[in-house]
Amino acid sequence: MNIVVCVKQVPDTATERKLRSDDKTLDRDAADGVVNELDEYAVEEALRLKEAHGGEVTVLTMGPAKATETIRKALAMGADKAVHLSDDALHGSDALSTSYALAETLKKIGFDLVILGSESTDARTGVLAAMLAERLGAPQLTLANKVEVNGSAITIQRVTDYGFDRVEASLPAVVSVVEKINEPRYPSFKGIMAAKKKPVETLAVGDAEISAEQVGLASAWSEVVEFAAAPPRAAGTVVKDEGDGGVKAAEFLASKKFV
Amino acid sequence: MSEILVLVEHADGDVKKVTLELLTLARSLGEPSAVWAGPGYTDAAKAKLAEYGAAKIYVASSEEIVDHVVAPKAELLAKLVSDASPAAVLVAATAEGKEIAGRLAIKTDSGVITDAVGLSEGFVADQSIFGGGVNVRSRVTKGTPIVAVRPNSTAPVAEAGAGAEEKVEIALSDSARAAKVVERVKQERGARPELTEAAIVVSGGRGVGSGENFAIIEKLADSLGAAVGASRAATDAGWYPHQFQVGQTGKTVSPQLYIAAGISGAIQHRAGMQTSKTIVVINKDSEAPIFEIADFGVVGDLFQVVPQLTEEIEKRK
Ligand SMILES: Cc1cc2nc3c(=O)[nH]c(=O)nc-3n(C[C@H](O)[C@H](O)[C@H](O)COP(=O)(O)OP(=O)(O)OC[C@H]3O[C@@H](n4cnc5c(N)ncnc54)[C@H](O)[C@@H]3O)c2cc1C
Ligand SMILES: Nc1ncnc2c1ncn2[C@@H]1O[C@H](COP(=O)(O)O)[C@@H](O)[C@H]1O
Repeated sequence: MNIVVCVKQVPDTATERKLRSDDKTLDRDAADGVVNELDEYAVEEALRLKEAHGGEVTVLTMGPAKATETIRKALAMGADKAVHLSDDALHGSDALSTSYALAETLKKIGFDLVILGSESTDARTGVLAAMLAERLGAPQLTLANKVEVNGSAITIQRVTDYGFDRVEASLPAVVSVVEKINEPRYPSFKGIMAAKKKPVETLAVGDAEISAEQVGLASAWSEVVEFAAAPPRAAGTVVKDEGDGGVKAAEFLASKKFV
Repeated sequence: MSEILVLVEHADGDVKKVTLELLTLARSLGEPSAVWAGPGYTDAAKAKLAEYGAAKIYVASSEEIVDHVVAPKAELLAKLVSDASPAAVLVAATAEGKEIAGRLAIKTDSGVITDAVGLSEGFVADQSIFGGGVNVRSRVTKGTPIVAVRPNSTAPVAEAGAGAEEKVEIALSDSARAAKVVERVKQERGARPELTEAAIVVSGGRGVGSGENFAIIEKLADSLGAAVGASRAATDAGWYPHQFQVGQTGKTVSPQLYIAAGISGAIQHRAGMQTSKTIVVINKDSEAPIFEIADFGVVGDLFQVVPQLTEEIEKRK
């Protein structure tokens, strides 16, 4: 099975994240880049499926040059190879352009199964997997907390408000995972060493036959009009419980008309 | 006035509160048309939608729409966008709502904005990003604005609309039928309000210590008519079901009041509750980061403070 995992480099949530004042896009240079947490679960699921059914795992990342750090991490976990879509023309792409660029690349490299995280910690749109399914005309098997492949049949459990749905389709398909699905492995020393030698193919927009008119900030389907740091929350009142903490909390709630 | 499509969220034939919020919001920008997708449409639902201002109600009640994942609803909306040329499409910013919005954006070659917490003139959306650190105003620049609006962003206000019903037949494409739902598994939730919709949420974390102890959190929630939430530490431990997890990889909630007991306030947890209007914290560690965003905090043992708070609320009723 030919599995492609979409992995995104995101700014570390533990550091301060900013928008650039010039073009109002995410300042990717200001913060350390890390693997989007949920994408580690996507990589893990891909590796488990490969271990069970054979095949190959390819990491697909769209991002600036420094995203190679992220790619190496996924390779160190055990992925076989990577495709890095990297081009200045892609800067400022919104969800529509990103899904377009990833879909074109996927068509070019081929796949039986595409696995994504269900959400990134920076954009947090949670729409990429659905958009890829739409663009590729492939079944949408998103928000999975369980994936089973049997020949060309695939079944997932899709997390819902009321519990879950069991959903069936056949390959090729697009899957997104939630973090309850598995426990991502840590790269071993051997894995880290091996990753240095694994092939990473870097593609520019032209190489993947992506139309430059459909990507980048100037072609985005939406724009940031303005932004500002959120006003700090007014400092609250903190009391130490001296046997009446619950009563004091109730008084606070009453003063706000909640009780 | 320009038509605005509002996709109705419903369960067991009941219109969900978020839809009434979206109808209210749509009324401030144009004339809302409700879109009912799937079976379960009733006279009561119709009355509710009209009460909150739906001028039209498009009803596509085919069972098939809910038998496949997301794609049929996007196809239905795309058909209506093409037939009615609305000024905008609003959906609820639930996990599924956002997926519908994403597919619709591609079908209609339109921009999409997710997780709006407000919407004004010209469909300029307010968003709160980076775990609440930055406020952004953004807008769609191509096609029909598609906006996924977070529950609890607007107070629902009734104002009658005509509620003119229009049946819609839709022939689904093969690709919309590609992912088939073969079983729906309901996990009990009790009579409490739904987490993302609730005006008040009471959440417990690792400090609660066990599944049995969550009864303390539930009692406090019930005294306030609130929903119960949990941190990931609590859902991972199996103390509370996963669908109640609040945070980056759980539900995003934005209630009037959020009470966190025994939760430290990790960035991933805060990402799911930071836009709550009022935050009350109970934690025995005065250094816990959750106190930084608390409007009112009690440094103390939750096993003392929470039952006392519950009792005091019951007394004041
Ligand atoms: C990919 C990824 C996604 C994640 N997604 C989420 C998410 O969606 N939601 C989420 O919540 N977390 C998420 N996390 C986990 C997050 O990083 C934290 O580990 C988690 O939120 C901690 O939960 P907690 O606050 O309940 O536990 P802890 O951090 O252990 O805090 C427990 C708190 O309880 C207090 N306490 C203990 N006993 C008592 C007592 N008797 N009385 C009062 N206070 C007491 C302690 O002082 C402490 O502050 C995610 C992590 C990753 C890596
Ligand atoms: N630039 C990118 N390169 C590769 N994968 C991406 C990229 N952006 C998003 N993804 C994938 O899409 C998922 C959802 O991202 P988002 O829609 O931004 O919340 C992520 O978890 C990734 O798997």
